[in-house]
Amino acid sequence: MGSLKLLPVLILLGPAAALAQSPTFGLGRTPGADEVRVWDISISPTGEELPPGQGIATGGARVYRLRCARCHGRDGTEGRAPRLVKRERPADTHPWNLGRILPIRAPYATAVWDYINRAMPLNREGTLSADEVYQLTALLLYWNEIIAEDEVMDAKSLPLIIMPNRDAWAELPDWKPGTVRLLGYPY
Amino acid sequence: MASKQPDRRAFLKRGAALAGGLSLGGVEPALGQTPASDQSDEADDYSTPELIAYGKRSRHVTSVREPVNGRPSPDEFGLVFHIGTPLEEQVGAITPSSLFYFGTTRGSIVPEIDPAEHRLMIHGLVDRELIFTMDELKRFPSVTRLHFIECAGNGSSPRRGRLIESHGMTSCAEWTGVLLSTLLEEAGVQADGTWIVAEGVENVRGASSLPMAKAMDDIIVAYAMNGEPLRPQQGFPLRIVVPGFEGILHVKWLSRIKVVDRFYMTYNDYGHLRQDPDQAALSYQVGPKSVITWPSGGLDLPGAGFYEVRGLAWSGGGVVSRVEVSTDGGENWMDADFRGTPQRMAHTAFSFNWTWDGSEAMLMSRCTDELGQVQPTRAQRKGGLDNSIQPWRVQSNGSVTNGLA
Repeated sequence: MGSLKLLPVLILLGPAAALAQSPTFGLGRTPGADEVRVWDISISPTGEELPPGQGIATGGARVYRLRCARCHGRDGTEGRAPRLVKRERPADTHPWNLGRILPIRAPYATAVWDYINRAMPLNREGTLSADEVYQLTALLLYWNEIIAEDEVMDAKSLPLIIMPNRDAWAELPDWKPGTVRLLGYPY
Repeated sequence: MASKQPDRRAFLKRGAALAGGLSLGGVEPALGQTPASDQSDEADDYSTPELIAYGKRSRHVTSVREPVNGRPSPDEFGLVFHIGTPLEEQVGAITPSSLFYFGTTRGSIVPEIDPAEHRLMIHGLVDRELIFTMDELKRFPSVTRLHFIECAGNGSSPRRGRLIESHGMTSCAEWTGVLLSTLLEEAGVQADGTWIVAEGVENVRGASSLPMAKAMDDIIVAYAMNGEPLRPQQGFPLRIVVPGFEGILHVKWLSRIKVVDRFYMTYNDYGHLRQDPDQAALSYQVGPKSVITWPSGGLDLPGAGFYEVRGLAWSGGGVVSRVEVSTDGGENWMDADFRGTPQRMAHTAFSFNWTWDGSEAMLMSRCTDELGQVQPTRAQRKGGLDNSIQPWRVQSNGSVTNGLA
């Protein structure tokens, strides 16, 4: 019903808005909704693009043995590929100072899901199911003592995880063309 | 074919002998000094059908890129990371495409992409989602601009004695493509579209968040460099060039731009985070920077006398407005000359006429940009991509070493 009330306004605005927004060159084609869905693998911190599926750490351990252990080692620390876990943590160490380990430093757990989904396993990217990515994410968060072993990760729970570095990163500046990098800093 | 080559070789040898005779042996030692170059006798025949079709440099020119930052490329997984360019042998502002530095997100495999199959999709908070073929992108009004790209892995250090180790990951090319603003206007950005996520199709699917203000200002969706299509290592067939911003943001093998309403915290974004807001600000737009490329660490001056000291200057803030050179470690500064016209966010070649008296000297250069930002000393530098002044020590025996060591 609300749309009926707006109708006169839309008629008034219509021609001007259409002029401002019409394409100038008319090149390219419009993708189908399915096409966009398949192509769009971006996962934002709030996780609205996360697909259906779920997983827990014990399931992740099975997937890990099959798909990850060869490069990352049996427990995520001893492989040739980057380490995934920091087990020895001196008391009072800020999580930022535990090293550049994705499941610790990432401010949002969605970034862990996103990276496994888009970039792992090496040379077999895109072959993990959504369930397997949820399982592996749960395993890495469990190994790094961020969630419990039986905590279910899915599109709803994953964005709610409070990561150790949730508030430890600085927002990028509001960039404007032709401005110095940092006010008051002459270099 | 095989029977023809000896004849041709014999002909070339006769020619070389003749030339050698005329130049009193000048040719022969030069040939003997190129062990690293192509060993085959046929290599100095530049008239083969292949080289008539697509040329190559002289076998006597041997400057090469090399992996830097202590990481082998390719590594045991076949990934490449940080490949530096030999700036000390570069002449002028443009880096040859074959020597342009390159790096990858995390380490990646340079993909083989058929341009006929490649697509760019623009979607998200736009009025019209669009997919373009490469042919369609080339029909848009284009721009051709000189821009540098520099990796944040560059940095001076007492342990980095050669120029390629401290500064090898900056290069400059002439890029041609469509302004991203042209494509975004075609798609119609909605009011809440304040950021974009640009993504490549390499195996890592490297993606970075960039502010809409930059996207609408001067980002180029580039399909060509230095007069020909992009090289595979530079993102063939499509990449973005983000003038003046750190290298990781110049997404290669570009296939998707998503207009979004927030910083998306991609893997690249995560790897680029800083704790301190000042550090975050400094780690975005590259500061004013310059370096003397010749002479530089590892080279030797043959003796006292006249030299043209050469270097490069650039800034993420715009045009380089001034370059100064010191030969006494920063006590006195003198203006250098520009070689060519400085351009926005581009390497600017400079030179300085110097008569060396043979005593120990400390060469330095300092850049000022159009915003008035001045290149800091190592002590003044606060953060971000290292833009500090690099000193080169010229010892009385002519050997040039890192002044920080």
